[in-house]
Amino acid sequence: MKGMSVIVKTISRILAGFIFLYGSYIILHGHLTPGGGFAGGVIIAASFILLVLSFGAAEIKEKSSYTFSSIFESLGGLMFLILALLGLFAGTFFFTNIISKGAPLKLLSAGIIPLANIAIGMKVGAGLLSIFLALAASHYIMKE
Amino acid sequence: MIEIYLLVIAMLAAAIVAIEIKDLLASAVSMGIVGFSVAIMFILVQAPDLAIVQIVVEILTVVFFAATILRTTHTDTTIQKGIQREGIFPVIAFFIFGTLVTVLAIYALKDLPRFGMPIMKVAEHYIVHGLNQTGATNIVAAIILDYRGYDTFGEAVVLFTSVLGVLTILRVKGRK
Repeated sequence: MKGMSVIVKTISRILAGFIFLYGSYIILHGHLTPGGGFAGGVIIAASFILLVLSFGAAEIKEKSSYTFSSIFESLGGLMFLILALLGLFAGTFFFTNIISKGAPLKLLSAGIIPLANIAIGMKVGAGLLSIFLALAASHYIMKE
Repeated sequence: MIEIYLLVIAMLAAAIVAIEIKDLLASAVSMGIVGFSVAIMFILVQAPDLAIVQIVVEILTVVFFAATILRTTHTDTTIQKGIQREGIFPVIAFFIFGTLVTVLAIYALKDLPRFGMPIMKVAEHYIVHGLNQTGATNIVAAIILDYRGYDTFGEAVVLFTSVLGVLTILRVKGRK
């Protein structure tokens, strides 16, 4: 997979950061405005996919970013599971909202819901990116 | 209401074009029209959460299809010209069973609640008590991460399994 023209490379280098920022905003404000972990995770994965598509796949870079996305996906899943188990350890039920709810329409409110959004965003974004990398650069990643 | 019907008609036309056209790139584009119409419909029925996901996923899907098609052949060689002699029977069977199912569906779906008037009491409970019980102003986040957190956990497991499946199919080492 070789890269595209210099125009595409320049534009996507500028845009990818803003797309990543927008995805983070969607995840962090998931409990206040439309959006959440699933939508924001897909947008973050799209920013990385844009970079891979425009710059092409190089052997060393793809392998390391593939390892990173696998680690992040497992971390997201574990974080979600631990959040769910917190309720069990606190003496109530699975998935109980044990942290205080705070005032509505504040960024730090709604107990574990923002944390769960972050966990799901990590999981969805990293999972989608690792599927894409496995499909696009399977020659490099699966070789060893 | 009328714009939803117009969108449905456009989606049907685009879907038929996507199946029948011979140029695969045009087929992928008309499939994208269907997806973006679904996104507009989500906005019209006031579900912006779903619209965001739909738009992003649709863009990614069309980009994937276009990238694949540009690397391979452009035309679909499997489309048949006209109806063959042995193709008559499936067409007749399709029309007979289609009419039968439509008539039965009209009878069966008569008792459903009207559009926008749910009979589920639990949805009303979520809307009325959601903010007090969870503290989240986005009711969708309150439902998927608090009331229905267990389902979301299952969804995360499904995603994990699908990643595992892709990697298992694409592996090089160990395949005989």
